[in-house]
Order: sequence, then C-alpha cells, then structure tokens
Amino acid sequence: MSEKTLTRMDLSEAVFREVGLSRNESAELVESVLQHMSDALVRGEQVKISSFGTFSVRDKAARVGRNPKTGEEVPIQPRRVLTFRPSHLMKEQVAEGNKR
Amino acid sequence: MIRSELIQKIAEDNPHLYQRDVERIVNTIFEEITNAMARGDRVELRGFGAFSVKKRDARLGRNPRTGEAVEVEEKHVPFFKTGKLLRDRLNGK
Repeated sequence: MSEKTLTRMDLSEAVFREVGLSRNESAELVESVLQHMSDALVRGEQVKISSFGTFSVRDKAARVGRNPKTGEEVPIQPRRVLTFRPSHLMKEQVAEGNKR
Repeated sequence: MIRSELIQKIAEDNPHLYQRDVERIVNTIFEEITNAMARGDRVELRGFGAFSVKKRDARLGRNPRTGEAVEVEEKHVPFFKTGKLLRDRLNGK
C-alpha cells in the first residue's frame, strides 16, 4: 500500500486541474465546501452525499467512564458525535482498490 | 443537506461561476477523496476530519439463515474520524 496522506492542498490541486480556476480560488472553494458541510452538521442536519456517503450527528447519553491508566471513575457528559456511513459505491471501490 | 443543496449553496456564494462548474468542483472533491482511499491513501482535512482505510482480517463467518460456516476474506473498509474543531463545534464549544 502506498499510504500517502492527502490534504486540502491536494483537493484544491484537483479542482484547479479540473476546472481551471486559479489555485487560490480553488483552495477557497474546497474550504467553502467543508464549511457548508460543517455548518449543516452543527445545525444538527444530516449531510447526504449520493455515491459518497452520509454524515449524521448522534446524541450520546451521559455515562461513567474510567481513566484507563489510573482506573479512576470519571463522569462523561452527554455529547453529540458525528458518524460517517460510506456509500455502497465507496465501500466497493475501497475494497476493490486495496485487494492484494 | 444533500449533494444538490450543497452545490446550490456554493453557487449562491459564487455568482460569477457557472452552475455546471460548481457541480464539477463539488464532484471532483468527493471523487478525489474516494480515489485516494481506493489507492490506500489517507485524506486529512484539519478541523473537519480524516478519511482512512482500515483492514479487516479474514474471519470465519456464519450464514445467518442456514447457520453454515463461511470463510470471509480479508477486506478494506473506509473509515472517518471527526476532527477536533468540528467535534468541539458540535458540542457548542
């Protein structure tokens, strides 16, 4: 496996190559996409990108946790967590592409 | 929010761009992430989250209908971990 890490820069580069806007504007558009998705999630909305996957926000109840190092009990406050469910297409492509 | 609504918002923010270009931009971003994971690469988007590939070892599964044991091959699955900034924002911090 190659195990490279891509960043925003690589996504902007792809947008730059695909659409031919300036590098600067391509970077702003990538940021804007992430920002709109984040804002929707913070509002509690689900973000459903067909053939990519679905991001949803779930409420977690309060529970008693434990510090694994000291064994000490610590209360964990109720919180909202984000889960991502990949589409079938993404699962297939990732499974296929990484097959040995 | 669905893909078309996301495209709509980006188009509204950028009235100088053609709608079809906005569609290509948004589609390119998601395709690039999927393609990276299909190559076994990670995509780290600070503040938002990171997409990576996890390996699931081969195991002996069971056909839930017949109870018969079946070999399940090793496979790779997409994984997303929420970024710290977004996790904090979800919790009003």
